[in-house]
Amino acid sequence: MNVLGFVSDFFGDSAHWHGYDGIPHRLLEHVQYSLLALALAAAIGLPVGLVTGHTGRGGNALALLATAARALPSFGLLVLMAVLLGIGLVPVMIPLVVLAVPPILVTTYEAVRSVDPSPVDAARGMGMRETRILFQVEMPVALPLILSGLRSAAVQIVSTATIAAYVSLGGLGRYIVDGLYQRDYEKVVGGATLVAVLALVTLAVFWAVGRLVVSPGVRRH
Amino acid sequence: MIRIEEVTKRYPDGTVAVDRLCLEIPDRAITVLVGPSGCGKTTTLRMINRMVEPSEGAIYLDGADIRRRPVTALRRSMGYVIQNAGLFQHRTILDNIATVPRMLGWGKRRARERAAELMERVGLDASLAGRYPYQLSGGQQQRVGVARALAADPPVLLMDEPFSAVDPVVRKGLQDELLRIQDELGKTIVFVTHDIDEAIKLGTRVAVLRTGGRLAQFAPPAELLSDPADSFVEDFLGADRGIRRLSFFPSDGLELTTDPVVRAGATAERTGGFGAPYLLVTDAQGRPLGWSRPQDLAAGGADPGRLLPYGRPFVPGTDSLRAALDCAVLSPTGWAVAVDSGGRVTGVVSQQTIGEAIRGAHAGERAAGEVAR
Ligand SMILES: Nc1ncnc2c1ncn2[C@@H]1O[C@H](COP(=O)(O)OP(=O)(O)OP(=O)(O)O)[C@@H](O)[C@H]1O
Ligand SMILES: [Mg+2]
Repeated sequence: MNVLGFVSDFFGDSAHWHGYDGIPHRLLEHVQYSLLALALAAAIGLPVGLVTGHTGRGGNALALLATAARALPSFGLLVLMAVLLGIGLVPVMIPLVVLAVPPILVTTYEAVRSVDPSPVDAARGMGMRETRILFQVEMPVALPLILSGLRSAAVQIVSTATIAAYVSLGGLGRYIVDGLYQRDYEKVVGGATLVAVLALVTLAVFWAVGRLVVSPGVRRH
Repeated sequence: MIRIEEVTKRYPDGTVAVDRLCLEIPDRAITVLVGPSGCGKTTTLRMINRMVEPSEGAIYLDGADIRRRPVTALRRSMGYVIQNAGLFQHRTILDNIATVPRMLGWGKRRARERAAELMERVGLDASLAGRYPYQLSGGQQQRVGVARALAADPPVLLMDEPFSAVDPVVRKGLQDELLRIQDELGKTIVFVTHDIDEAIKLGTRVAVLRTGGRLAQFAPPAELLSDPADSFVEDFLGADRGIRRLSFFPSDGLELTTDPVVRAGATAERTGGFGAPYLLVTDAQGRPLGWSRPQDLAAGGADPGRLLPYGRPFVPGTDSLRAALDCAVLSPTGWAVAVDSGGRVTGVVSQQTIGEAIRGAHAGERAAGEVAR
């Protein structure tokens, strides 16, 4: 039995398409966890990155914090959180958010920092207020980089959200964890394939969003 | 009027960029700040819109200390143009220009109408309105920068080396355009440059700053050229100060002669007997074709291929003595060709005659100066 066989058997089995443990439901759970984690990480990373990038202050402290956060193993953090907080959504969200904040924060900071200073100078000279400068001059130009930070965070979340299954939650990780436990390799491979496909879909979504929100005057780069 | 009073700027690292500067910037005129790199031109300009705060002294706008107004209101009353234009690359040309009107709360339609008006005023084709800055040449971008600064019709325009990043031909076009716009709009313009030629061309008054941020001289350009305050100003003006000064003398007093001017196909008697070493041949409409020796003309008529080039003609009254002298120096015969606005020859003038006119003009000015004193 090769991997392709596993894949076709897994997806060919109509039992896998229905019910609580069916692909649609697990996929939905997985997407929900991922979106929630991404939203939380963006809610922290974007504002902090924008403000520090605009003022140019606190960049070193940020880089230090981000490196430290990257060094934390997600799985270890999950186990620790589960022990401390019990089973539930919160101990799953914490490692995912810790994973996703650094790429969002650091790229947003860098994106705003690297905006050409002369339009900013011109805007200030014509009497534009600082918030307006940030949102109407710097952010539109920094947008492609900011989106790339969000994108890599999103892809990491999607693949790491499988760990939710270790603390009895759902998502595509269920197939992998259960499959390993039951030595049902068809299930393991099927679950892994779904995660990979979801990551690719995430990339496609970000590409489409970029086409929509980035100005053609900026996009040519 | 903008009055800079005893202003000193000391940056936190101890650099004194501007040192006890006093300057009275007249309304509705172009005041140029010029000087070597690092002499505090940009710092001075940016203190006027409070992008930099003076360490000592004060700046007054129409008699009121500029610190008494909210800083955004002050800046919105002053257009600001910088070296690389600083356009917003995510906005179209039209929306770039509409920025300040939009900021002041104008409706989108009205702001865009105003922007379209300004595009025309600064010489930008309407077809560029929907483009993004990266689709424009450097010179066009700079025009957009000027249009954007003028959009809300501010009484004051601050310009920091706006034309220094474009090539000389484009720069000349932009300078001419600025002078034309200024003729129409009459703004109070403070213009920073390190190019003394640009300063002399554009300035109603020119402030020469020396390194260390001190004022060396503040005078109209002609006076700067005729009476530099000290050796620093003299050096800064360059070696050809005397020639440059000629730009300020008109050429309409030059005595022209039409004796050596002949039409192509003129008869032999007409072409000889003036004693002139060269004759200027014109076409039937009187436009210059080139110089020829009388004996060549008599022999074979005006073969255009064998004529000597006549160089660039000057227009008496419009061009200065400098242009006339330039024509004569560049002409292979040593004679300058004068034409009317239609390009028809009105006469020719020798280097010698121009030299006499120059001496006359200088003498006249000295006499006028003594009367004034
Ligand atoms: N933010 C700053 N901090 C410290 N020193 C500064 C700062 N800005 C300018 N300076 C210094 O002040 C002096 C004047 O600078 P300024 O930019 O006004 O010169 P400039 O005449 O505009 O020169 P350039 O022709 O090169 O643009 C220079 O010695 C410069 O190094
Ligand atoms: Mg400067």
